[in-house]
Amino acid sequence: MRNGKQIEKKDKTKQKIKQNVNQAFVLGILILPGIFVIFPVIILITGSFMDQYELKEYLSPIFMENLSYVSWKLMPDYPSFGNYKKLLFQDPSFFILFWNSIRMTACILGGQLLVGVPAAWAFAVYKGRAGKILFAFYVVLMLLPFQVTMLSNYLVLNKLFLLNTQKAVILPAIFSTFPIFLCYGGFRSIPVQLFEAARVDGAREWNIFLQIGLPLGKTGILSAIVLGALEYWNMMEQPMAFIDDKSMWPLSLYLPEITWAKAGYAFCASFITLIPAIFVFAMGQDYLEQGIVYSGLKE
Amino acid sequence: MKRGKRIRAFIIFMAPSFLGVVIFVILPFADVMKRSFTTAVTGNFTGITNYIIVFHNQAFLIAVKNTVKFTLICIPLLVFIGFLIAMPLSGLKNGGVVKSIYLFPMAMPTATIVIVWKMVFYKEGFINLVLTEIGKWTGSWGEVHTGYLDTDAAFWVLVCSYIWKNTGYTVVLWLAGILGIPSELLDAARVDGAGKYKRIWYIILPNLKSTLYTIVILSFLNSFKIYREAYLVSGAYPHKSIYLLQHTFNNWFVNMEFDKMAAAAVCTGFFLLAVILLLQKVWDRDEV
Repeated sequence: MRNGKQIEKKDKTKQKIKQNVNQAFVLGILILPGIFVIFPVIILITGSFMDQYELKEYLSPIFMENLSYVSWKLMPDYPSFGNYKKLLFQDPSFFILFWNSIRMTACILGGQLLVGVPAAWAFAVYKGRAGKILFAFYVVLMLLPFQVTMLSNYLVLNKLFLLNTQKAVILPAIFSTFPIFLCYGGFRSIPVQLFEAARVDGAREWNIFLQIGLPLGKTGILSAIVLGALEYWNMMEQPMAFIDDKSMWPLSLYLPEITWAKAGYAFCASFITLIPAIFVFAMGQDYLEQGIVYSGLKE
Repeated sequence: MKRGKRIRAFIIFMAPSFLGVVIFVILPFADVMKRSFTTAVTGNFTGITNYIIVFHNQAFLIAVKNTVKFTLICIPLLVFIGFLIAMPLSGLKNGGVVKSIYLFPMAMPTATIVIVWKMVFYKEGFINLVLTEIGKWTGSWGEVHTGYLDTDAAFWVLVCSYIWKNTGYTVVLWLAGILGIPSELLDAARVDGAGKYKRIWYIILPNLKSTLYTIVILSFLNSFKIYREAYLVSGAYPHKSIYLLQHTFNNWFVNMEFDKMAAAAVCTGFFLLAVILLLQKVWDRDEV
């Protein structure tokens, strides 16, 4: 009897070990493609610490047309902070562009929340038959690519005398319908009975929105902020079309303009541009995932 | 809640957004529709001439072909790869790291990695270096000097960078779908003697139809953003194989050919509308 129990126990531990080994194996295989994700970041970081002579040696095959290949070292032979020094202390233009990016992203997100959160609340709580049709219309608007609306954007911006200003990028983006669906997802996850109870207690709709909706639906709002921050930090099509003056450009447009001759500078600027994105990603990954799920547009 | 009160609340909360949409989207798009029937400069009514010109425009036709080809290859591939990763991941206890790794490219601004992409795909870049080393090692081929960006291979470079950037959210969506399936269903199937693959085929997949719809819609939305990579790596006039609809629109815009642009925008807009409605219909029918 006792023997039997022992054997059973042994079998169980054996099974457990087998399961753990299995799990570790699967984990290992799934992490493997991570190399492709880490690789560009490592190149950027190491490149930003190389001086121009070392970079020239590694990269010359690209623009010299001789038949050797690019090479790279994970540890620079002559590590140097020269590029960072030049970028951060000797070149005011980089700062201007950096703030351009920050300002545009912040203005767009702020505006989107002011406009989009109430709209999401309206869809989530007060949607009737007409609201449903409008909702479907908003879904279509969300899915139209920029190129289809580019001309109509241009026409209205031209009429309002906003071309070649940063407002030309900010204003249309504020009325994007994408964040509405993320906030909508958050509001829909609140049980309706809460609103009913508040109404019975005599609360006004505005107060229900501020005191129940906003605090309980904040996941949706935060995920709209995280997804929006990443999206608008990476914005290219709109400023490229509507802003001619390079001093008003965001960083994302300026980086590709740097030539191979200044490769070290480019690596450095790219890495600094990447830092805020990494920061937002690290802080908001949970909301990012939640947002992706909310964007599923389930009614 | 009374109907009148509900409607009033809806209008008040909706008003700022709706006004903005009317001013920035609906009115100007109506203007674009009007312009698609007139000449660019004088504004004379020309009937459907613009549409005829657009549909005989070589650049536009190539662009449409490439864009459709790109979408038809990328979306099924992405859906499949995402599922292939999400399925084993759903069984892991600590799969958080894996999710982070796949999601991270979504956070990387395109402009920051273009310099690395160029180093990888140029004639003298890393891929050819690796291929040459493999060739030397196995002794089966010599030095490789394929250009990836100025040949037909450019198309596949775009496909790869699309997959690279978008796998993350596909995995997250599949995972959410898989973990949302009631475990009783799976347990019942297991008790009935269904093996792992049978469970995937008969229980998991049929329960993921709405997830599939979401993934297809979102990857479609994001497929238009591949223009950034294409533009940054090869400029406004890239190799023929990656000349996309987005390039056409942009070049028309730069050259102020607004009549063609208007006609093309109207066509593309209504085509997309039809696709979206069709997808929704297919999905709704399966729900019932």
